[in-house]
Amino acid sequence: MISKQDVDHVALLARLELTEEEKELYTQQLNKILNAAKALQEVDTDNIPPTAHVLPIQNVFREDRVGKSIDPEKALAIAPEREESFFKVPKIV
Amino acid sequence: MDLYQLTAHRLHEMLVKKEVSAAEITKAVFQRIEQVEDKVNSYITLTQETAEAQAAEVDKRLAAGEAIEPLAGIPVALKDNLCTEGIRTTCASKMLGDFVPPYTATAVQRLYDANLVLVGKTNLDEFAMGSSTENSKFHLTHNPWDAERVPGGSSGGSAAAVAAGQAIVSLGTDTGGSIRQPASYCGVVGMKPTYGGVSRYGAVPFASSLDQIGPITKDVTDMAHMLNVICGHDPLDSTSANLQHPDFTKYLVNDIKGLKIGVPKEYLAEGIDSQVKNRIKEAIEKMTELGAYVEETSMPHTDYAMPAYYLLATAEASSNLARYDGVSFGFRVADAEDIVDMFKRSRSQGFGDEVKLRIMLGTYSLSAGYYDAYYLKALKVRTLIKQDFDQALEKYDLLLGPTSPSTAFKIGELINDPIKMYLQDICTIPVNLAGLPAISLPCGLVNNLPVGLQLIGKAFDEGTLLQAAFTFEQNTEHHRLRPEL
Repeated sequence: MISKQDVDHVALLARLELTEEEKELYTQQLNKILNAAKALQEVDTDNIPPTAHVLPIQNVFREDRVGKSIDPEKALAIAPEREESFFKVPKIV
Repeated sequence: MDLYQLTAHRLHEMLVKKEVSAAEITKAVFQRIEQVEDKVNSYITLTQETAEAQAAEVDKRLAAGEAIEPLAGIPVALKDNLCTEGIRTTCASKMLGDFVPPYTATAVQRLYDANLVLVGKTNLDEFAMGSSTENSKFHLTHNPWDAERVPGGSSGGSAAAVAAGQAIVSLGTDTGGSIRQPASYCGVVGMKPTYGGVSRYGAVPFASSLDQIGPITKDVTDMAHMLNVICGHDPLDSTSANLQHPDFTKYLVNDIKGLKIGVPKEYLAEGIDSQVKNRIKEAIEKMTELGAYVEETSMPHTDYAMPAYYLLATAEASSNLARYDGVSFGFRVADAEDIVDMFKRSRSQGFGDEVKLRIMLGTYSLSAGYYDAYYLKALKVRTLIKQDFDQALEKYDLLLGPTSPSTAFKIGELINDPIKMYLQDICTIPVNLAGLPAISLPCGLVNNLPVGLQLIGKAFDEGTLLQAAFTFEQNTEHHRLRPEL
């Protein structure tokens, strides 16, 4: 069972601020979904390796050469706030 | 017949014979949009000026006597989670409501290079999370067959647009069925290619090990042409397969004699609407009559696909959506006290309910103490699901079943019950977990609503799927049915 305290903790990890109503709703819905997920425990997975990815790709290498990248002006043009060639954010410490 | 009702390959013939111009085709599609958009609401953004300029370019080449590509001058709609430089890409979210990408998705660039004409960006469930397009921050999209019903999702706008003649072809994305299920509900053809077959560069990520871009078309011939354009290796996507794909139109052959088809009994189990089952049984009879060898088989882990998928897809989503922090792009609250306050409130106000629910679920299953029980367990079950497919596809050339357990449901019917909503994807989800290609094609109606037949193939064997789908289509009339609007 997931409690409202668990929901608070997960919201903190996910950087979400939930209203009281949302907390109620998500506690309820998460319990329902996790309850349905309990079915997985019936499956014997001893000695079964996990599949994170279906393709047999290990690593993809390329030459270490400077390529084309997005023009900084273009990237900064969509910034919520900028100053000169920097993204501007509220105070950090 | 009006131009907007025709297929891309028919319009191509007419363009080449100078019976019609690209400008006239584009005009016909925009007139159709004008006529029916208030009933269907397929689009978030229309790009008429871009379309007219692209069409004029094709006409110029035709006038100069140049040969044109098979899809040149064909109006295409894009799901609004595919990045288009200079054209806003919203993901149907407040978070990206004003986002104008500084680059274009590779699949979209390939369409531009093949000289298709961009009609606009279509509606979806926010960040592609949903099965009905009801989770859009902008508006509902209505099923062209019945305005009270959903078009399916999450690529609901892309499927509805093609079905309603508001585009000739479109692109969607499919993480758990988001191309095939709406194609099924709207009576058109939808395909999820093999994982790695189409570059995901510029497709806004939801669950990176499951997402694939794919086309929605009116028939299988158009599907083959679209795959020819969008498939292929891309160095910008590290999961893009470095393979040369065949000319998919070579598989448009009306012959399935001797083809071995397996029908997993789990795909016709309880929970599948009995009338949908009837349409699938008729399709099986048709395939048999056409010379295929059809047999019942079993995929014993099918029931576990849904819970495994919802743990894995949400875990990946929680990580992917961490990028929306209000720093460098997207929505930011105006009056943040400090940076953490900015993160929290920008995310909380920028994301809708279903997206937040999935971020919460994914964060939970990845968090300390729960990782082994949920995430790792689901990855292991994924292995078993993939093994079911590997074993079945050793014996059969392809697998057959319904695309969705029912026809299109009513708007509002399932929105408050996530589990029931998730069950709409029960037949499509296992395919994403295994990374295989699958196609949904029309196989008749139930109470005047379309039913989709799903064919699932071996990895990178889209050709066999196309040949079987083409043969079925050439010997039936289902794909010719269009909604009355």
